[in-house]
Amino acid sequence: MSSSPSTLAPPARPRVGARPRRPRRSRDLWLGIAGVLIVLAGAETLSRTGIVNPDFLPPVTAMYAALFEMLGEGWFWEALWLTVRGWAIGLAAAMALGIALGFVIGSVPFLRKFTSSTIEFLRPIPSVALIPLVILLFGTQPQSAFVLVLYAAFWQVLVQVLYGVADVDPVARDTARSYQFGPIRVARSVIYPTALPYIMTAFRLGAAVALILEITAELVIGVDGLGRELGIAQSSNAVPETYALVIVIGLIGVAVNLLARFVERKALWWHPSVRSENS
Amino acid sequence: MTRFLKATGYAVGLPAILLTAWWFGSANSTNTFWPPLSTIIETFPTTWTWDRIVADVFPSLARLGIGFGIAVVVGIVLGTAIGLSPTLRALSEPVLEFFRAVPPPVLVPIIALFAGYTGWLGKIVTIALGCLWPILLNTVEGVRGLEPTLTDTAKSYRLSPWRRLVFVVLPGTSPRIFTGARQALSIGVILMVISELFGANRGLGAAIVQFQRSFAIPQMWTGVIVLGLIGVLLAALFKVVENRMLAWYLGQRQIDRGE
Repeated sequence: MSSSPSTLAPPARPRVGARPRRPRRSRDLWLGIAGVLIVLAGAETLSRTGIVNPDFLPPVTAMYAALFEMLGEGWFWEALWLTVRGWAIGLAAAMALGIALGFVIGSVPFLRKFTSSTIEFLRPIPSVALIPLVILLFGTQPQSAFVLVLYAAFWQVLVQVLYGVADVDPVARDTARSYQFGPIRVARSVIYPTALPYIMTAFRLGAAVALILEITAELVIGVDGLGRELGIAQSSNAVPETYALVIVIGLIGVAVNLLARFVERKALWWHPSVRSENS
Repeated sequence: MTRFLKATGYAVGLPAILLTAWWFGSANSTNTFWPPLSTIIETFPTTWTWDRIVADVFPSLARLGIGFGIAVVVGIVLGTAIGLSPTLRALSEPVLEFFRAVPPPVLVPIIALFAGYTGWLGKIVTIALGCLWPILLNTVEGVRGLEPTLTDTAKSYRLSPWRRLVFVVLPGTSPRIFTGARQALSIGVILMVISELFGANRGLGAAIVQFQRSFAIPQMWTGVIVLGLIGVLLAALFKVVENRMLAWYLGQRQIDRGE
């Protein structure tokens, strides 16, 4: 008798909860689009009405006109490719080095204690301090950007991986030992799964920092790439082109963020933090 | 006592080894780019005189402080407002995602258009804008992630919105605000240096590049070391402030982890 209302009640509940959720999501989407439009329209009016000097802030339509013109030109794709390549190589090297060293240092207690003061000291040194040095060593060659990107992203990765390796469950570690796993096997089946979420965080943080330093190197040192084109556009007073390049670089940044999040979800589909988000 | 000795040994061991290696490895160096460490140390006091510190280092740090301070205030105010209102959050999310993703050095040419780059204004604006996004977005996330029990309790006790803000929202968000501020600080140091590389300027970053352009290599090395030391000191200072202001939170987390 009492069971029938209780079996009826549960299906009713999720429906009540689910119904307002869907309109809400699409409402958020529309609000987001509205927000973007408001900003674009606002910038356009500020410039058209002359409230802000159009020499400093050209109309948004002019920026996009300049942007579409650029899309048809060879130098733009060349610069885009060089920027993305420099970013990817530097980040990949930082990830490889950071993960390898992090695994080794993190799993040997002596090394961990021995290196911690040095890591704590070297990590906050701003990578831009190396700019004069790389100018002397490599000039405007891509290696200049590579060193800056590597230095900046490496510490992010190393520190995250060290946290990750330290997070390994002692029971799992002892179990592996009593099954006489070799060091490689331990690294692969005990340390790696624990450290993977941290490695993904490292990838996200490192990817953003690597892009910042790649653009900095191009802008400040003159390494070939979008940053250098931006500097040239600004100094030759091509204002709409300057903004167009800023928009392109910003969109690369958005793409990098989305990529990092996508990789994180793919690699961690089994992890509770991602699973609870999906359910 | 032995434990203390052991700890200091661990802390000092590797740096000592590295410095010794640098000292002897570079001792007879004739390569102009890698002068002996002894030469670098000798040039240190003559390069970084009190006059130069007053003329170059203090203004740089002052600009960093002002820009960072503006970013903290604006970031917390805007972030709390956006975090508390779902409509505002949905409205601004894609725009903020874009501005967050723009690498801050890109702002330099744009700000140069508006404010020029010889004075303080352009540099401070650059630093403030670069530092703003991490603080703003972390504040938004922090407000969103507030414990519902806390906010509901505050509501049912009919705390006024102002008291709710001061006693519930801001303290609950502060760990995330500090996370954002820490990211912002390292970006701020980068921008402090970069903003001085454009146009004829004075300042720490400008001084180092000046040394490099005039091939005063040992002086340039001392500049790199000074910049590194500033980075380390700022990070240490930040940690002290964080430990004091978040003592309640760090302690709570330690208990949670059963340490």
